[in-house]
Amino acid sequence: MRHRPLLVLTTTLTVSALALTACGSRDAKGGSGDSGGKTTVVIGLDAPLTGDLSALGQGIKNSSELAVKTANRTEEVKGVTFKLQALDDQGQAGSGQQNATKLVGDSDVLGVVGPLNSHVGQSMQKVFGTAHLVQVSPANTAPQLTQGPDWQTGDKKRLFDTYFRTATTDAVQGPYAARYLYDKKKFRKAYIIDDKKTYGAGLAGTFTDEFKKLGGKVVGTDHVNPEDRDFSAVATKVATSRADFVYIGSEYPTAAPLSAQIKKAGGTMPAIGGDALYSAEYIKLHKKKSEGDMATSVGAPLETLDTAKTFVRNYREAGYKLPYEAYGGYSYDSAWAIVQAVKAVVQKNDGKLPDDHEKAREQVVEAMQDVKFDGVTGQVSFDKYGDTTNKQLSVYEVKGGKHVPVQTGTFRGN
Amino acid sequence: MHDLPDQLVNGLALGALYGLIAIGYTMVYGIVQLINFAHGEIFMIGGFGALTAYLWLPDGTSLAVALPLMILLAVVCAVLVGVGAERFAYRPLRGGPRLSPLITAIGLSLALQQAVWAFYPDAKKARPFPQFGGGDLDLGPVTVSREDLFIFVAAPVCMIALGLFVARTRTGRAMQATSQDPDTAKLMGINTDRIIVLAFAIGAAFAAVAAIAQGFKTGEVNFRMGFIAGLKAFTAAVLGGIGNIYGAMAGGLVLGIAEAMATAYIGDIPGLEQFGGGSWKDVWAFVLLILVLLLRPQGILGERLADRA
Repeated sequence: MRHRPLLVLTTTLTVSALALTACGSRDAKGGSGDSGGKTTVVIGLDAPLTGDLSALGQGIKNSSELAVKTANRTEEVKGVTFKLQALDDQGQAGSGQQNATKLVGDSDVLGVVGPLNSHVGQSMQKVFGTAHLVQVSPANTAPQLTQGPDWQTGDKKRLFDTYFRTATTDAVQGPYAARYLYDKKKFRKAYIIDDKKTYGAGLAGTFTDEFKKLGGKVVGTDHVNPEDRDFSAVATKVATSRADFVYIGSEYPTAAPLSAQIKKAGGTMPAIGGDALYSAEYIKLHKKKSEGDMATSVGAPLETLDTAKTFVRNYREAGYKLPYEAYGGYSYDSAWAIVQAVKAVVQKNDGKLPDDHEKAREQVVEAMQDVKFDGVTGQVSFDKYGDTTNKQLSVYEVKGGKHVPVQTGTFRGN
Repeated sequence: MHDLPDQLVNGLALGALYGLIAIGYTMVYGIVQLINFAHGEIFMIGGFGALTAYLWLPDGTSLAVALPLMILLAVVCAVLVGVGAERFAYRPLRGGPRLSPLITAIGLSLALQQAVWAFYPDAKKARPFPQFGGGDLDLGPVTVSREDLFIFVAAPVCMIALGLFVARTRTGRAMQATSQDPDTAKLMGINTDRIIVLAFAIGAAFAAVAAIAQGFKTGEVNFRMGFIAGLKAFTAAVLGGIGNIYGAMAGGLVLGIAEAMATAYIGDIPGLEQFGGGSWKDVWAFVLLILVLLLRPQGILGERLADRA
């Protein structure tokens, strides 16, 4: 071959491209983490640390890290040092599942915080369920993750006793938004758009049901592909629909351009969505055109909570470059819940963890069910499905280039 | 159907954008029979080039002043990468099995994506692209956003320039000759290597212009924007008849309008409610592609495909 060097170069390029996109190696170190009388317990973390949703993911990582550091500094569990191992799932179910397998393979891991996306959570559940490894998500809001696929018909069934979450579900988040818009804003005509993902479609569904029940009218529905960025045709449809608002069941990378293009097409209606729109990135992407848009998010705004003041101060002092975003408080509480569960296990076993890591994992799962403490977001404890007992929600509106809280409350029953 | 004029404008803007990218596919294919799957990434790099130019300028520079510089840097970046790809990734494999450069193109596409992802500051998420201030332009029955105006000016200008270049200049005629029969063209004294480089360069420049249009349209650029756009533009090139530059633009326009119409009106047809809207538009676009190819396997303006595979 005449051009051998160039051929080699080309091949190298191709191979390195593949290597770059492939995920990390799967080596898992075995053995116990004993070192000088102290036991090391690893808390795994899975979130999108890169990619479109990295703003939220990095907030989750930093906040969890803060909890781990705090536990080590105050020696929350005597004789145990905690370590955080953060893995990136890029918001993809496949990567999440691989990360789950990797974490299960590391016998020092006794609990996992994450993930952000509901569909990723769905793919990880079974891996952790089989391995009896506890998982606490700060951000999954799809109801079926805890209450089973038939939750809407009242046939609630918990599928995995290893899965817990500190975030409120869409079963209340959608209806909460519907009531706010119907009762407070007096909006009557809705245009509903979702992105067909577990999170977006679920949220749009619960919102629509409640809004119709209240007497509102849905004047149009549409579905978009989450990878698309040109929504001009959909935007024109919405803009000419005479809807009072458009509900977007999606995440900010898709929702921000969609909302902006609706306004570009002449629409004056505000866009509203769930917690995945409650990010500074949503505003940053389309500064002027996001004014008046709304988002619901789980919990009360951290700035207003007394319990969160220490967290907010510590986070600032720790010098993290990126903000804690929507799930910061929940991530801290998720990591802290694992710390508390480990603490309970240590106390039960006369001051040390069981030698067998499988036994330790099983006991942590059991202990998690009874964990109860005052966290950043209020009291943290779990009901029989693994859902949080704290069901506070807030509505935020974009005013002057910032998300401003306009209402906080608890959604009560149907 | 009261919004039909607006939807047509949407479709035309999108279609012109696809068409500009499709030129790159079609020119390269017409001359070396290579499907340059890295073309979508060259498009993306053009977008980042334009953003870089804008960020270099002092804050508050009006977009009208910045635009020429943005176009310039976008074109320079895209052409450098396009020509570099030709020189280092495709030329060594020329004359080899047809599949080798194809696979290289896919690898190159991934490498370019990951390179931008890793080395461009803050490119791990979408970067906001500058927008024209001011409202939409009301032109009788239709409203056109200022951002879309760019593509409506840029696309015809590019097409006319390319048409004149190919038909009237010496180099343009050499290009036609190379595309018709590279071996004979070489015997006639045409430097075919230079012609091939030129085809890559023109394709890359047009893609860069399209990337600016897309940046204006969606308000952002991100490292994955080339994938979908490249796929659509490739479809447009096939639809229009691959190898024909006017076909590429025609294919783009047909595809863009089909997508807009499918999004807007399929759902209104009784019985087809759940097959309408933004998530089904690609399905309808490809249904159209298949129908066209069944009736005219060579594409809308294509001439010969029998000797190509």
